[in-house]
Amino acid sequence: MAYLDHAATTPMLPEAIAAMTAQLAVTGNASSLHAAGRRARRTVEESRETLADALGARPSEVVLTSGGTEADNLAVKGLYWARRDADPRRTRVLASPVEHHAVLDAVDWLAEHEGATVEYLPVDRYGRVHPDALREAVARDPDDVALITVMWANNEIGTIMPVHELAEVAREFDVPMHADAVQAFGQLEVDFAHSGLAAMTVSAHKIGGPFGIGALLLGRDYAPVPVLHGGGQERHVRSGTLDVPAVASFAVAGRLAAEGREEFAREIGGLRDELADAVLRAVPDALLGGDPAPGGRLPANAHFTFPGCEGDSLLLLLDAQGIECSTGSACTAGIAQPSHVLLATGTDPDLARGTLRFSLGHTSTRQDVEDLARAIGPAVTRARTAGLT
Amino acid sequence: MTQTSQRPLRVLAAMSGGVDSAVAAARAAEAGHDVTGVHLALSANPQSFRTGARGCCTIEDSRDARRAADVIGIPFYVWDLAERFREDVVDDFVAEYEAGRTPNPCLRCNEKIKFAALLDKALALGFDAVCTGHYATVVVNEDGTREMHRASDMAKDQSYVLGVLDEKQLAHAMFPLGDTLTTKDEIRAEAERRGLAVAKKPDSHDICFIADGDTQGFLAGRLGGPAEGDILDESGTKVGTHEGAFGFTIGQRKGLRIGHPAPDGKPRYVLDISPVNNTVTVGPVEALDVTALTALRPRWCGTAPAGPGTYTAQLRAHGGETEVTAELVDGTLHVTFAEPVRGVAPGQAVVLYDGTRVVGSATIATTARRGEPAAAGR
Repeated sequence: MAYLDHAATTPMLPEAIAAMTAQLAVTGNASSLHAAGRRARRTVEESRETLADALGARPSEVVLTSGGTEADNLAVKGLYWARRDADPRRTRVLASPVEHHAVLDAVDWLAEHEGATVEYLPVDRYGRVHPDALREAVARDPDDVALITVMWANNEIGTIMPVHELAEVAREFDVPMHADAVQAFGQLEVDFAHSGLAAMTVSAHKIGGPFGIGALLLGRDYAPVPVLHGGGQERHVRSGTLDVPAVASFAVAGRLAAEGREEFAREIGGLRDELADAVLRAVPDALLGGDPAPGGRLPANAHFTFPGCEGDSLLLLLDAQGIECSTGSACTAGIAQPSHVLLATGTDPDLARGTLRFSLGHTSTRQDVEDLARAIGPAVTRARTAGLT
Repeated sequence: MTQTSQRPLRVLAAMSGGVDSAVAAARAAEAGHDVTGVHLALSANPQSFRTGARGCCTIEDSRDARRAADVIGIPFYVWDLAERFREDVVDDFVAEYEAGRTPNPCLRCNEKIKFAALLDKALALGFDAVCTGHYATVVVNEDGTREMHRASDMAKDQSYVLGVLDEKQLAHAMFPLGDTLTTKDEIRAEAERRGLAVAKKPDSHDICFIADGDTQGFLAGRLGGPAEGDILDESGTKVGTHEGAFGFTIGQRKGLRIGHPAPDGKPRYVLDISPVNNTVTVGPVEALDVTALTALRPRWCGTAPAGPGTYTAQLRAHGGETEVTAELVDGTLHVTFAEPVRGVAPGQAVVLYDGTRVVGSATIATTARRGEPAAAGR
């Protein structure tokens, strides 16, 4: 068995499991005024402080959500509504075309239902948005821009965006910028205060925490219109009773992710390089996706295109040998679609069907890489026989 | 003669989301084969949930199939064969109706999709066989050759829609439901026992790509709006009007809406459809009697018979058997009925049987009424 899909989800850290299970036995709604409520609130607030510390933010800037998708929706829709309410001219949304669907579909929804004009920023062949391109797009009419959203690092091909430079452009024009940092957290230095971002998304289950919890880091000057209305929790921006065990567990995973980041990047980055070398040795005409420069990509990500193969066929053949990975692209009703990320980078649509993403994590071993190295060559040969149907 | 091979095979189970294919996959897995489930996405725009009649192209069907695969404990994938299906089945279906014939898309799907496009890909990926929930029996002879026979339970037999398979296709086909005398209720009980949630799912009856069951409306959408034309009697006298000849089937009685009664006061039936003139000819039931037919595109399950032979023939899905003599002449199958048969529709398949064994099939091109030679018939 070789689990090479940590970017989809990674096993929970034992410490995070311990924190969660300890809290599961404790009664208390963090909004209640009695002793049980106070105890729960203390756990939540200590966790919030831990997360803020891990992410270079103030505790009040941590808005807990049900996960990355909700945080992305809150940032994109909430900031759009708030900015447009303040000035009806602000209907232009600038987004990278390589965003996760949680951002992409939210942005498209704004265009279809809320009168937004979406402008997709140009990307280079590695899927990277350049600060000059953003400046050009904003400067064309700075008064009509509602928000900018560009992910910190791409979930499919691993390319890292120049977030600091992009945020600098946004600040220059006083436009809020959001970044989805779901894949970046734990692999790159993610410092919210230093980033200059207005909002930033993180998720627990990608860093060894539990499912169903994430956060939107939200600068104190910003008050997005809520997506969820209710009891007024989380700065009145995100209502809903907090999941205390999940929050506590997220905090532990977040702290460990921040503390262990450099070592993780070094060790897993080394293993990733071995994996990439092994795949290219077995399949010399495979194409490494994303930025080939070591500093230009996520250390745990290796993305390949195998010409003449259907990604789905490779997935089936590797799965049958206990090797678990992803094609990297989204599905519609289980049918693989050519990745919008690859298409945005100018990849030929036929080539874009033959992709696999291998993503490593804290449980990855050299054995995983060796298993893949043995299996990938014959799998590609076989998948080529089946061809592109 | 054995039905299942003793050697464990790598089997790709086509899973529609219905109860039959789920039980078939479960039986194949239980027999020790290494089974992988696959749902074929055949519609370019799968509807979110089924509407009206049961189809097999909805997201819900795909989820039902996946859920069944999870319970059986086998890997599951969705393969997009929508383009092939459109070209080989849907477009062919429309063209056949346009030409005045009555096609059977299920046969075409088995011939071109399940046991061609799907089978080819399966073999290329290292699978040995494709398994479906059809009711038919495969018999392996001592010399390794294979025969397809009717299902043990004649009431559920589906060998007619598999009659297009040749021996090569049959060599890689597995029908785990065909060799057991099980009623549908028993299959459902078995699904229930196996924990398959599809146990109570209604059967699919209609053409899967026409979800609402409105074949006329579907054809009108493809072939342009209804074009009004004449309904004629056998003498060529106009007796009514119709809204597009392509929607009719030979032998059809309902929906003619002929205003006044026939001279003899008896009901009239569709005898002939002429898309070129956009006319439909009707007449009394006796005029439907067919004594012979010719059929094209013969496909043999094994070697083609040399010289004329005596067989039983089936002329439509769920149709009865009839005694015939048949002979292949220059690639055209000539079939003569021992007794006249009624309601034979060009476009349907004639499947020949030797006892329970499927000999082959061909697509009906022309029929001969009493006193006419088939080749000159309609």
